[in-house]
Amino acid sequence: MKILVAVKRVIDYNVQIRVKEDGTGIVTDNVKMSSNPPDDNAIEEAVKIKESGKATEIIAVTVGEEKSQETLRKALAVGADRGILIKAEGTIEPLAVAKALQKIVDKEKPDLVFMGKQAIDDDCNQTGQMLSALLNWPQATFASKIEIKDKILEVTREVDEGLETIEVNIPSIVTCDLRLNEPRYASLPNIMKAKKKPLEILTASDLGIDIAPRVQQIKVEEPPKRKAGIKVASVAELVSKLKNEAKVI
Amino acid sequence: MSVLLIAEHNNKEVRPFTLNAITAASQINGDVHVLLIGNHCGDVAKSISEMPAVKKVLHAEAEYYENYLAENFAPLVIKISENYSHIVSSANTFGKNLMPRIAAKLDISQVSDITKVISADTFLRPIYAGNAFATVKSTDAKKCITIRPTSFEVCETSGGSAPIEKIEATEEFKSSKFVKREEVKSDRPELGTARVVVSGGRGMQNGENFKLITDIADKLNAAIGASRAAVDAGYISNEHQVGQTGKVVVPDLYIAVGISGAIQHLAGMKESKVIVAINKDGEAPIFSVADYGLEADLFEALPQFLEELNKLNSIQK
Repeated sequence: MKILVAVKRVIDYNVQIRVKEDGTGIVTDNVKMSSNPPDDNAIEEAVKIKESGKATEIIAVTVGEEKSQETLRKALAVGADRGILIKAEGTIEPLAVAKALQKIVDKEKPDLVFMGKQAIDDDCNQTGQMLSALLNWPQATFASKIEIKDKILEVTREVDEGLETIEVNIPSIVTCDLRLNEPRYASLPNIMKAKKKPLEILTASDLGIDIAPRVQQIKVEEPPKRKAGIKVASVAELVSKLKNEAKVI
Repeated sequence: MSVLLIAEHNNKEVRPFTLNAITAASQINGDVHVLLIGNHCGDVAKSISEMPAVKKVLHAEAEYYENYLAENFAPLVIKISENYSHIVSSANTFGKNLMPRIAAKLDISQVSDITKVISADTFLRPIYAGNAFATVKSTDAKKCITIRPTSFEVCETSGGSAPIEKIEATEEFKSSKFVKREEVKSDRPELGTARVVVSGGRGMQNGENFKLITDIADKLNAAIGASRAAVDAGYISNEHQVGQTGKVVVPDLYIAVGISGAIQHLAGMKESKVIVAINKDGEAPIFSVADYGLEADLFEALPQFLEELNKLNSIQK
């Protein structure tokens, strides 16, 4: 079985982002970048499946600028076998990413495609579902548990009401939630080895797809600031304020 | 052209966020049609038809619509999409799962999780977990939109009488199968819609100590929340998680106990009307968003809090 894992390079989740003064976007110069956290869960799950003997190859793929190779190298360091970078500049919307991934799926014919449920930069939560639509494959989103049963995947999904279990036929798409597993760290020897693993670079035009944005970003602003609160000295004062000033209890 | 709103329901009643989504849809265009896909859900059709903002209910039934698999829902939405300028649903796990499957098949670049309708093609949406807001304009002829439920009021539920039109089911998607749903039953209000939320973080130290939170929540008729740190540490189950990776809540009162206030947690609660923080670390970032901060050891403060609440003659429910 072959598993394709899609990853994205984003601003590190610990960074407090800043809005550009001219309102055209977010400051990314000299900001620490990392792989999108739930994509780490996607890679980890694929590696675990391979370690259990149920998968033979893991391909990591990303769409983005030249530097996204770093994100692929990280995936290779934790266990992916080879990487594919689809080089593209600027804003690439989920629909465009899904179209690019569809081309890679057509070529590589994986049995499973894993990715994070959402990227923590644009917070769209679309790509996996869009890819399954384009391929007409089943989709198992927000996965917190995956079990392979021959040609069927049993997936537990985190939904608002609690947990839902579905069965999907392989080939299928799985989008991964943070509680799916505990992503491992790459060891230094594996980071060194990853540098020698194959990494193919393509462009959107090589794939024959149009990735021009359809949604214009008009402006980006800071969220409205909350007015400064006060510190209370005691529990009694707190309850009194909530009762008589805020009138919420 | 009209706006098509996809209803979320459990075949017995409409789920609350649908009411917020109807309000958002009617801000785009007053001619809102609601699509109800389900199994034996006639009562739901009737209740939606009584909502004054709804102009028409489209109702499709099939056994395989029972458990709202996106693979079964999407083809029906696509089939009737021609007559609509916008397709809208709520941005909870129902709409997040479904809408992109519709958008991709229609070759539309979806706009997710909007918090404001600026015009029929321009919307406000949070990015970077609510640390920035983007105004975006869709250039696709037809729009696929999911709305953040807590950013829109619920619509009126009585006084209307929209016609209910039966429509034919599309075929079943046979490669996906629903197995089971484990719903968390609780007498408490739902986290997403509760008036008061009391949340615990890593500072609770273990699961047993959440009893201190539960006691306060009982008194205030509140839902119980938690930070991701508390969930990851195994103190409490994930459906209580508030934050970027959990639920976004906007209660009248949010009480954060032993929560430091990581960016990802703030993203899920900082729009709450009144925020209380109880933390022994006076420098904790949670205090920067709190209206009332109490720098104290939670193990002393919570029992006192309960005592003070017991002294009150009345508490709002």
